[in-house]
Amino acid sequence: MKFGVVQFPGSNCDYDCYYALKYVLRVPTAFIWHKEKDISGYDCIVLPGGFSYGDYLRVGAIARYSPVMKAVVDFASKGGLLIGICNGFQILTEAGLLPGALIRNHCLRFICKPQNIRVENIETPFTNRCQKGQVLKVPIAHGEGCYYADQKTLEELEENNQVLFRYCDIEGEITKAANPNGSLHNIAGICNKKRNIFGLMPHPERSMEECLGSTDGRLIFESIINYLQTDSLILKD
Amino acid sequence: MQWKVKISIKLKSGVLDAQGKATHKALLAIGFQKVQEVRIGKLIELKLEGDSRTEVEKQIQEMCQKLLANPVIEDFVYEIGEL
Amino acid sequence: MTECKEKKIWQKWSLTLDEYRLINQSLGREANELEMGIFAVMWSEHCSYKNTKILLKRLPSKAPWVVQGPGENAGIIDIGEKFLVVMKMESHNHPSAVEPFQGAATGVGGILRDIFTMGARPIALLDSLRFGDFNQDLTRYLYIGVIGGISFYGNCIGVPTIGGETIFSESYQGNILVNVMCVGLVKKGEIIRAVAKGKDNSIILIGAKTGRDGIGGAAFASEQLTKQSEQDRPAVQIGDPLAGKLLVEACLELKQFEEVIALQDCGAAGLASSLSEMAARGKSGVEVELSRVPQREANMTPAEIILSESQERMIVVVKKGKEERVLSTLKKWDLDSAIIGRVTDDGEFTIKHNEQIVACLPVNLLVKAPTIKRKVKKPSWLSRVNVLDLEEIKVFEDYNQILIDMLASPNLSSKEEVYQQYDYQVQTNTIIPPGDDAAVLRIRGSKKALALTTEGNGRYCFLDPWQGARIAVAEAARNLSCKGALPKAVTDCLNFGAPENSDSYWQLVQTIKGLSEACRFFETPIISGNVSLYNENEGKPIYPTPIIGMVGVVEDFQNICTLEFKKENDLIFLLGESLEELGGSEYLKVIHNLISGNPPSLDLQKEKKIQSFCREMIEKGIIASAHDCSLGGLAIALAESCISSNLGAEVKIKSNIRSDCCLFGESQSRIIVSVDASFSGEFLETAWQRGVPIQQIGKVKGDRLKINQWIDLSVNQLKEAWRGR
Repeated sequence: MKFGVVQFPGSNCDYDCYYALKYVLRVPTAFIWHKEKDISGYDCIVLPGGFSYGDYLRVGAIARYSPVMKAVVDFASKGGLLIGICNGFQILTEAGLLPGALIRNHCLRFICKPQNIRVENIETPFTNRCQKGQVLKVPIAHGEGCYYADQKTLEELEENNQVLFRYCDIEGEITKAANPNGSLHNIAGICNKKRNIFGLMPHPERSMEECLGSTDGRLIFESIINYLQTDSLILKD
Repeated sequence: MQWKVKISIKLKSGVLDAQGKATHKALLAIGFQKVQEVRIGKLIELKLEGDSRTEVEKQIQEMCQKLLANPVIEDFVYEIGEL
Repeated sequence: MTECKEKKIWQKWSLTLDEYRLINQSLGREANELEMGIFAVMWSEHCSYKNTKILLKRLPSKAPWVVQGPGENAGIIDIGEKFLVVMKMESHNHPSAVEPFQGAATGVGGILRDIFTMGARPIALLDSLRFGDFNQDLTRYLYIGVIGGISFYGNCIGVPTIGGETIFSESYQGNILVNVMCVGLVKKGEIIRAVAKGKDNSIILIGAKTGRDGIGGAAFASEQLTKQSEQDRPAVQIGDPLAGKLLVEACLELKQFEEVIALQDCGAAGLASSLSEMAARGKSGVEVELSRVPQREANMTPAEIILSESQERMIVVVKKGKEERVLSTLKKWDLDSAIIGRVTDDGEFTIKHNEQIVACLPVNLLVKAPTIKRKVKKPSWLSRVNVLDLEEIKVFEDYNQILIDMLASPNLSSKEEVYQQYDYQVQTNTIIPPGDDAAVLRIRGSKKALALTTEGNGRYCFLDPWQGARIAVAEAARNLSCKGALPKAVTDCLNFGAPENSDSYWQLVQTIKGLSEACRFFETPIISGNVSLYNENEGKPIYPTPIIGMVGVVEDFQNICTLEFKKENDLIFLLGESLEELGGSEYLKVIHNLISGNPPSLDLQKEKKIQSFCREMIEKGIIASAHDCSLGGLAIALAESCISSNLGAEVKIKSNIRSDCCLFGESQSRIIVSVDASFSGEFLETAWQRGVPIQQIGKVKGDRLKINQWIDLSVNQLKEAWRGR
């Protein structure tokens, strides 16, 4: 089993993801340079947070055309596990690997704070160690995290149980007050139909150790490891 | 031939333009009561080579769809001028 | 010479006649226009510290753990286990007043470069901000801009912004303060210094292309620049955080190459200052060919190229003939680079343009502007503002509404809105986030942690600069001690009015006296810093505002303490004593609209005793919560410990001082702690043994804050007022 963390120019959570996987969870992990064309040998690719290409033009817009992305798309189309965190999620939507888009927070400000999110679907490679309805405390830090998609796309997402996490209050209630950025349907994270590509705005790599205030982020990475170790779940066609 | 193109990109009408909304409020607050709506977008100017207007237009369309605009949330219009 | 004299040409360069004469005398010839322009910039206060150099020498800068004191790009201390901490604070006041967003953003970019120039990875940013009257529209505009700019640059570059202050006062109305502090971490033996040495070694300029940004000395510029360029020249520098991030990573890679001799930031006064400083440190010389400098705009003049303040540029000195690996590494990071010159051994700064020598100046003369001694005179108005007759201040029976008003006031209310715009968690080391007395970062690969804070009360310094400066140091140290950290070193930023104004100069002298005294006492040497003069508001100097940035070390990151109460029935103690002091307090300003009296007294011995007791008890795990009692006094400190924990407190204070002084007085050397009842015996006994003044004032209970018969409010009410909702 091997994880690869992609480094774009301007990625800044690359080392945090690497540290979380390699030194906290102790799974083999390596960096993948954005100019790399061959990414064979990996089981899960992480697109980390940050400001790839300065977030110039539009968040994630330039990164999706960086050389490594072609290999990433191939990898995912063959069923490889792909997770995009924060800026990584934005790149995934820009690349069309996940539906919808992430736009400016409603309050027009960057927001960094601890956030509660509710687990909506546990039958995926990314959430199988969680419990349905479980409330996780995972921090957010973004200026463009408002999830947007047209009505039809939203209906499809809901119908196929592609929404994996929603912003909620401490009791797990999905309320407007608990929604930090104006995301439609309080969406914090979604996967594709096939369930092998997952994007989320909160930062699980920032909630891996007790001293950082929460260890709930581990559940997401541990789900991936569990999936890769047991192969117990079958991806949807 | 050299061409100069101005592309304006703005959020689609269905997408909430939080920046536009805030600016609208601010304009009302400082006395511009007649403002009915504000939409904020961006302006991209570029110079390029091309044999004909049709060819340039084709290129611009492609650029916008691929990179300059995100069709999920944005609309674009452009003006092409000869240099 | 006579012709120049008639035209008073020296004034054009903002030089004095004496300086002008000294330059020509030393050169043994008349300096040409370009050369004089370079002197104008290098001998400006900003680059030369000519007004303050003599005073700054009085500050303590030595301790066994100090590896690098003032004189380099940043100071360095050794914290053990092969870790070195690098730090520096700098002001970006004037650019931020003109263009708040870009001014603040480039302030962050600039201070970051000072840190990674030394080979250290930047691990924290803190911002000490001062704005004008909260109710003015202009203030709101500047506030949004400055915070946006810090957020834009700091977040993008991936360095957590973990602390600082945001203070509003009429004094800063026309002259805001933006002081940014950066802290870096590097392993022993991996520091790199900005010293140009080794004849013929290559000087490489890397990063952004050079444009006509922020060229100093307006009078000079108008002569040397073409009309066209004048129009094109941006008034402020524009920051590019992506380029900044790439520079950080590239430089941290380069510093590991043995062929890399030196790294130097290219900041104020551009190449002129960075190259001459490097040569001065190396006792060498430099020769530069301006036509090789990658330029962003066409037809730039030699003066424009050499003085440009374009951001995101660095200088690397590389062994002759070994440039290949450096250049290919820069290419990997998609950074522009060019070999623009070489190190020489003649002590001259030789500037060529298209192979013609256009300037040739002795390095030593450039970096040693003659110092200026000014008259010191105590301002006559001071005795008037120091008058405060407490008899004339009304004492109330009920302080509920007053506490609500205080909590909702701009300087005491929650700063969540500010620090939530900063990514304070990136790098995943933040174990005490912003909002506490100090922020704490763990150090990976060690049990150690760093505590960081900034402090500086301009109002105290206005009333008594010596005392205000001592208090700033004591408070900074107290903030760290409350988190369990031992204060180790200081970086400072001195924000004052024009030195020609004898009031301002006196304030500066007094401040330095106070800082020296306190820093010596706490063994926290000042290892780096910055002076910003000419801060004036409609001809009136701002409050003299020394900002202290302090770092402390926690030996085991598990032994830290936060400000919120932990559980019901814990006992609440006050360490230290409340005196009948109200001068210069936030209470007087907010409730009585008075700025008068003397700042609180400060007994350094007592302060030290209380702080070391607090640290000892935190380390032993006896103290459950600790909170510095400062701005707004005891009532505000208690309210904050309640709000952050959602727990109430029942407090009974036995005291014979006035109720307002008891609740809102800002007596120094006080800490509010809560302790599990089972530890209280040991706790009290140790306090007595150590001679620490201590009083049990209540316990954590319920969901209301009750203080004597004066205050009875629910935690929710407190929270709503504090958060402004």
